[in-house]
Amino acid sequence: MSADTEEGREPVELFHNVNVDWLGKKWYFLAFSMIFSVAGVASMGWHWVHIGSPVPLGVDFQGGTQVQVRFAEHPNTDKIRSAMDASGVHDARIQAFGEAVNNEVLISLPEQTNENSLDAGREKIQTALHEQYGNSFTIRNVQVVGPTVGHQLEKQAALATLYSLIGMLIYLWFRFQLIYGVAAVVACFHDTLITVGAFTLANRELSLTVIAAILTLVGYSMNDTIVVFDRIRENLRLSRREPLADLVNRSINQTLSRTVLTSGLTFLTVLSLFIFGGQVLNGFSFALVVGILIGTYSSIAVASPMLVAWQEWRAGRGKSAILPASKRSKA
Amino acid sequence: MKKNLKTKIASIIAIMVVFIYGIIGIPSGVSGKALMEAMTQRIHLGLDLKGGAHLILQVKVLEAVNDETDNTAARIQEDLKGAHLTFSQVFKPSPLKADGTGQPQTIRVEGVTADQQSAVRSLLDSKYGSEYDIAGNGDNSMTVTMKPMVETALEKRTVQQAIDTIRDRVDTLGVSEPVIQQYGLGDNQILVELPGISDLDRVKSIIQSTARLEIHAVIGGPYPDEQSALASVGGVVPADEEMVHFSGMTGSDADSVYILQRVSVVKGNDFRSADPGTNPNTGQRNVQFTLTNEAGDRFYQYTRANVSRSMAVVLGGRVREVASIREPIRDRGEIEGSFSQEEVTNLSKLLSSGALPASLTYLEQRTVGASLGADSIREGVTAAVVGLVVVLIFMLVYYRGAGINADLALILNLVILLGFMGFSTATLTLPGIAGVILTIGMGVDSNVLVFERIREEIRAGKAAAAAVEQGFAHAWTTIFDTHVTTIVSAAILFVFGTGPVKGFATTLVVGLCANLFTAVFVSRVIFDSHLNKLKPGQMVSI
Repeated sequence: MSADTEEGREPVELFHNVNVDWLGKKWYFLAFSMIFSVAGVASMGWHWVHIGSPVPLGVDFQGGTQVQVRFAEHPNTDKIRSAMDASGVHDARIQAFGEAVNNEVLISLPEQTNENSLDAGREKIQTALHEQYGNSFTIRNVQVVGPTVGHQLEKQAALATLYSLIGMLIYLWFRFQLIYGVAAVVACFHDTLITVGAFTLANRELSLTVIAAILTLVGYSMNDTIVVFDRIRENLRLSRREPLADLVNRSINQTLSRTVLTSGLTFLTVLSLFIFGGQVLNGFSFALVVGILIGTYSSIAVASPMLVAWQEWRAGRGKSAILPASKRSKA
Repeated sequence: MKKNLKTKIASIIAIMVVFIYGIIGIPSGVSGKALMEAMTQRIHLGLDLKGGAHLILQVKVLEAVNDETDNTAARIQEDLKGAHLTFSQVFKPSPLKADGTGQPQTIRVEGVTADQQSAVRSLLDSKYGSEYDIAGNGDNSMTVTMKPMVETALEKRTVQQAIDTIRDRVDTLGVSEPVIQQYGLGDNQILVELPGISDLDRVKSIIQSTARLEIHAVIGGPYPDEQSALASVGGVVPADEEMVHFSGMTGSDADSVYILQRVSVVKGNDFRSADPGTNPNTGQRNVQFTLTNEAGDRFYQYTRANVSRSMAVVLGGRVREVASIREPIRDRGEIEGSFSQEEVTNLSKLLSSGALPASLTYLEQRTVGASLGADSIREGVTAAVVGLVVVLIFMLVYYRGAGINADLALILNLVILLGFMGFSTATLTLPGIAGVILTIGMGVDSNVLVFERIREEIRAGKAAAAAVEQGFAHAWTTIFDTHVTTIVSAAILFVFGTGPVKGFATTLVVGLCANLFTAVFVSRVIFDSHLNKLKPGQMVSI
């Protein structure tokens, strides 16, 4: 450890003695959240009408065939298409994939309803490529997913997200109080909704790894919320007379630097993954990049105001006005 | 106190050494290349990183149920005859059809006379009551239905048998470290992972899903098409017969249709051995087989009773060959047809490796080329190193002295995570590398929480030792809660996820658990040893 301990040298600090009235801005926050949620939901609705699913689904869920091919030289998609047509593959979608220097193309076929001839499309694509290009290409990746597995996964992914949220709710209920759990889960749902909305707006496909990223966000966006809630709980024990809105504001301000630092550091690593991690993980890191930003925002702008709103609502009905600190207060 | 601290430091170093061994073992050298090699030997890489094929197969377990009730129906018939009880027929009203529909669990006994009802009933009860539910229908017929528990057990056995058979086949072809296991929950699915194989056609020739070889008695045929076949049986195929298409050499479009006895004479499990050969008279390739004793007896009885009639070899649901029976055959025979050399070799291999108890369909196939895997490793490692360096530098700049503390803890965190991967059988997948990267980002979060709290305590006027003490005490609950929520969602992912995603959940959970140790315990020990060196009144650098 460094001997650099001279006194008087001010530490590097992001925020020093901030005093922002966060709750006074709750209507702006609400408007901001609403705009993004509504945009996301509207975009999901648009997709629902046009492709029959609220989010563009990748081959993992949608089922179908996907062949990723790397060519020796720059591929001409028209030439590939005519090769496909010649061997009787008419419904193929052919698109350039990844960076242009890689000469890669993704050839996809829609879902196969007949599980018995699942692989026929892949065989035809390969034959067509061989006839047109000989051996001057390499198959990088093949995915053939039948309807059974795809739908099974769809169900599992939805269930996993749901269980995750319920798990959070129960844990926070147990550690804090039901209202904390509800506020945190609402914030978390808000994050999930906006992240998925971002996928639909960017017209990106939802794959299995993206679901993994979203589930991770469910856990991680809790972190900032818990940091603030912990402080609210602590402050509630110390000063019971302060109006809750002021106390929550103070708690947010006190923890602001760690909220921003922790999210910021995780964001930096995720950004590195987004930039350097390659095509395969692109959707995954995109979800995390968006989700961490939204998650940090929501712990300040959604979860905490909800606690105050709940208490004001209760006060309005003449019930006890003070938010209990916790069922199990620690020493 | 001091002695206590020394013990702690010693144990941390010991843990570090153990986990470094977990990562690289004892490397052959200290060059970068030797270390990389040692690492890839200890840490199992997933298919998405080393390339290979991943398949999900569905076992058509109802076929096994269908076979079982076919046998039972035949035995009931024998038993009733043996006991001189009257009946008109024993049959299955809705046997399994090719499209997977039907109720193969149910057998009907019809034409039981009123005075023999109870005798038939007690015979069925005593012989089949343990495995079947027997019910009288009040119209001189009885329904014998396989018990659901028996069916479930049979289905489980079938899946296990299929797994064993596939494993045998894969083993004969020398694929290293294959994974063949039950997949999903009760859906009769099998997961097959074959590292290093990226050619799907080769994979299929290894597993040969549809190779279910049976010999059936021919009732009629060949007919040119389905209509004339149907016409020959009066418009409806009887319950104990079936219609099967002929499939000759590939490319010939001469399709013909046979009506066969539905219950096979010989099926997959009855073969003891099989070898590829050639018929010396015709020069045609054939497969020479021997049957098990029990099947041999059955085959002999059948061929003796049916000399000059025809039997059909059905492979993968299509007639491959029709032969007339010239003389009774016991346990040796040959299957001859217009086979290619490869087909003959494959067929023999399949028959001798034990047949699949039911046929399989592919639900999902994925292959990753080795080049894509190598690229993924390179990109994942680049992202991890960049992320790590950025975080290490940030902590040093922002927290100065304490930054060194956090960086040491973070590096130890990664050592434990990778060491665990080396010790365990868990596989490192590409999303798993992403999990490592997230561990870097989330791992320092704990340090930030502690350090910020220490700063706060210092601002409140506490002395160095007290500030550190209070900082850790207050941050601990928060750290614990944040870790639990992330670990809960990662654990749910582990349960629901498959392959690569499971790999992600693994590294994330292990990384965060290790983080509880490094960011709380190790970091505290480093602080304590530093505090010991401070002069009274001196502050920590944070």
